[in-house]
Amino acid sequence: MDSLPPAHMRPERSFQGLILTLQRYWADYGCVILQPYDMEVGAGTFHPATTLRALGPKPWNAAYVQPSRRPKDGCYGENPNRLQHYYQFQVILKPSPPDIQDLYLKSLAAIGVDSHLHDIRFVEDDWESPTLGAWGLGWECWCDGMEVSQFTYFQQVAGVECAPVAGELTYGLERLAMYVQGVDRVYDLNFNGHDGAERVSYGDVFLQAEQEFSRHNFEYSDAEMLFKQFAMAEEACKKYLEAGWKSGSNRKEHLMALPAYDQCIKASHVFNLLDARGVISVTERQSYIMRVRELAKACGEAWVHTEAGGAA
Amino acid sequence: MPDLLLELFSEEIPARMQAKAAEDLRRMVTDRLVAEGLIYEGAKAFATPRRLALTVHGIPARQSDLKEERKGPRVGGPEAAIAGFLKATGLASLDQATIQRDPKKGDFYVALIEKPGRATLDVLADMLPVIIRTFPWPKSMRWGARSAKPGALQWVRPLHAIVASFGLETEQPDVVNFAIDGIAAGHTTFGHRFMAPNPISVRRFEDYEAKLLDAKVVLDPERRKDTILTDARQLAFAQGFELVEDQGLLDEVAGLVEWPVVAMGSFEPEFLAIPAEVIRATIRNNMKCFVVSQPKTGKLINKFILTANIEASDGGKAIVEGNERVIRARLSDAKFFYQSDLKIKLEDRLPKFDKIVFHEKLGTQGDRIRRIERLAVEIAPLVGADVEKVKRAAHLAKADLLTEVVGEFPELQGLMGKYYALAQGEDAAVAAASEEHYKPQGPNDRVPTDAVSVAVALADKIDTLVGFWAIDEKPTGSKDPYALRRAALGAIRLLVENQHRINLTRLFDSHAQAFKAGGAKMKWAGREVRDSSVNLLSFLADRLKVQLREQGARHDLVDAVFALEGQDDLLMVVRRVDALGKFLDTEDGKNLLAGTKRAANILRIEEKKDSKAYDGAPNASLYSLAEEKALAKAIDQVKAEASAAIAKEDFAGAMSAIAKLRPAVDAFFDKVKVNDDNPQVRENRLKLLNQIRAATRAVADFSKIQD
Repeated sequence: MDSLPPAHMRPERSFQGLILTLQRYWADYGCVILQPYDMEVGAGTFHPATTLRALGPKPWNAAYVQPSRRPKDGCYGENPNRLQHYYQFQVILKPSPPDIQDLYLKSLAAIGVDSHLHDIRFVEDDWESPTLGAWGLGWECWCDGMEVSQFTYFQQVAGVECAPVAGELTYGLERLAMYVQGVDRVYDLNFNGHDGAERVSYGDVFLQAEQEFSRHNFEYSDAEMLFKQFAMAEEACKKYLEAGWKSGSNRKEHLMALPAYDQCIKASHVFNLLDARGVISVTERQSYIMRVRELAKACGEAWVHTEAGGAA
Repeated sequence: MPDLLLELFSEEIPARMQAKAAEDLRRMVTDRLVAEGLIYEGAKAFATPRRLALTVHGIPARQSDLKEERKGPRVGGPEAAIAGFLKATGLASLDQATIQRDPKKGDFYVALIEKPGRATLDVLADMLPVIIRTFPWPKSMRWGARSAKPGALQWVRPLHAIVASFGLETEQPDVVNFAIDGIAAGHTTFGHRFMAPNPISVRRFEDYEAKLLDAKVVLDPERRKDTILTDARQLAFAQGFELVEDQGLLDEVAGLVEWPVVAMGSFEPEFLAIPAEVIRATIRNNMKCFVVSQPKTGKLINKFILTANIEASDGGKAIVEGNERVIRARLSDAKFFYQSDLKIKLEDRLPKFDKIVFHEKLGTQGDRIRRIERLAVEIAPLVGADVEKVKRAAHLAKADLLTEVVGEFPELQGLMGKYYALAQGEDAAVAAASEEHYKPQGPNDRVPTDAVSVAVALADKIDTLVGFWAIDEKPTGSKDPYALRRAALGAIRLLVENQHRINLTRLFDSHAQAFKAGGAKMKWAGREVRDSSVNLLSFLADRLKVQLREQGARHDLVDAVFALEGQDDLLMVVRRVDALGKFLDTEDGKNLLAGTKRAANILRIEEKKDSKAYDGAPNASLYSLAEEKALAKAIDQVKAEASAAIAKEDFAGAMSAIAKLRPAVDAFFDKVKVNDDNPQVRENRLKLLNQIRAATRAVADFSKIQD
């Protein structure tokens, strides 16, 4: 960046400053900067801009923040690092550029992580999402022993081989912010970069939500409704997929992959809620994961027969 | 002679794969060289997180020329055969072939093929791409724009550069000319990712290793390990402490850095209230750091040792602080897990086990715990354990599997159970069984000795064995997914090393009732037994043989003892085998074995010939020779003495008794002709031979003993 940003925008002082710096960095690289997907998802990977756009031959470079829900990780706001709702910053580059590791390291430099001062390491971590029928090879990126990002070369997504392979970078924003701000408790993060009465902390914004949602996720969520919602989403997904084949195209052209995929996302999140509620037994758990995967695979199959997912 | 330098420079290779990859590279290249007739003098391979490197020295510059004679069709043979011959040998016409005379079969053509040796540089250019494309990574991947094309190169992580040079020490070496997927081999590599990222031009190994060192890369993993270990010991020692050494961790850490820089950090002393094993697992597994102990007491202190990959611009202060922060957070988590675990009694965790499937045909974990409890109670009196304690121990032994700490660190199973049991006021023997009942885990693991632990440990292993035998899931060849061989060896060691006597078939049979799966029955040692129980016993006998063989003892004798009916008390089997082994080392033993085998061989042949068994008692009135009478008398006497000794479990005594047969047997074979012309005498003598066999069966089936 050419000039030093104002104090309240500096990543080492401001959570939102960190986010905006990353957005700026990847915008400069040429990524489209998207906004979060407007549905509950477990990770930034679920955003169709990653899951679906990773498929098919067309180049695609995008970056966005994605609020991610992990109902099981709720700690009623009592754990200093674990949250049931947190932010991921997601970058997807297809095909993966040859200098993607350098690009990543420069993004760290942009938010104030100096690679001559800190110990940055790429530690093996192969990624697999059983619900998405996806896997890839890559690393956890460590900064002084702390995992700050996930780095994955997608090999398969939604059961479809990636051709070409996309590179995915996922920054755990709270952890990274805690690191650059030097705080030990996530709720103590300075959110807006201001001081004194103007200062808004991460706790001011999210502590109550963590408490309320933990209560909801573990004790009060309506399991009966959720079971129904799961079944409904599953059925709707299948229905839209079937209806989406363009008539006369002999299943060569699909017109509703995105709406169908929304229902797959829905089913996945509902499953996570049921799982957190402890109403799914170990054996059933596997079969629910399989059911979501079947939806994801069918969506992937539909997507590669659409305009954006199909042949160039 | 010239040397080869090969380097494959990539993004970070998983630490656990590096050593094998280096070895695979060495093996593949040198095997290929040898197959191409290029005998080299030496080779060594190296790995760092970002490169595999290989040096092969003393390779001939060219292959030697080959001369080969190839036999062709007969003169005047079919045209197709001649055309095929010309094509295969590369001859332009038959004029280039010679004719070999053969007056019997007719003359035929012979081609003399001369294959000039190729330059090694060209051979390398052909073979290296094949090796790279077929490299056996446990997992490999595609990347970049080329990954869209079929046949794209796969590597463990993206491959960026290849150094391949070949030449004499005194000259500028040549680049081996090849390219894979757009990566051309050359002489350029790169130094440390952060401290020396610029390209480096290298020529040969010595120069390569030295230049890398200047560029902050220690090529040899052994040297990196040495640095880490020496510095870590030194740092701990300087403060009056001791490094807790950990070879597995050292290997891994050396695979995570190209330029190891060791530093010490600390954490709040209050975390030391967490069990030491939990602290160590947290720091080791999550942070790849070493822990430090007090030399006198061996207790952990609030320090840890990290290995960074960089000489940081502030001397490492920020790195230590950063690691301390992460360790603090991790230890807070561990402490939280530990303390929440302590709030729930172990027995209150058990209902959840009913929801966890152990094996679809063998029920839930809850079923398994109940079965182990029942069996442990049955075993308790047999090993002299307090029944109530055993019952309680078996009830709680697996409960820690659902604790938070074990969920996080599965390797602490059992140990955490012990801590939690002690914390809720269980008896010390009951608590210890949580940890001990998993033992022994292998041939070198310690065997529990406390009777309560032994009872639960045996029940744990026998439940596994009987269960998988009941559903016919036995190990086959190299496949043993349920680690049944280990369970069997564990049961053997528990019984034999603690000198416990248990009739196993009875136990197997009674425990089989606990499973729904039944199985056929058979007569065995005069009793009705499930055939799966007898089959399982023979599996244990095989394991016992393997173990004795590994200890250098005579394993063939196990068969000789098991061939006696009813041998299902492993301690007695081992004692018999031991006594038998000692006996067979004596002169008497060797001769008696020879005599007995001779008797058995004659019997086998004659019984086959006559299609009848000579197993009746001999008729004393038919003895005509003194040697016959002497043998009969000796047999009667020996039988009585041996049985008396066996009854007292005095196997050495039984052997000495049997030894007394030897002179009579020797004299018999010396003077007596078994196949007498008188059929009655012959039959009687065969029956007498059978008596030798029967007498020796008091201690073992001698026919199963190898000479």
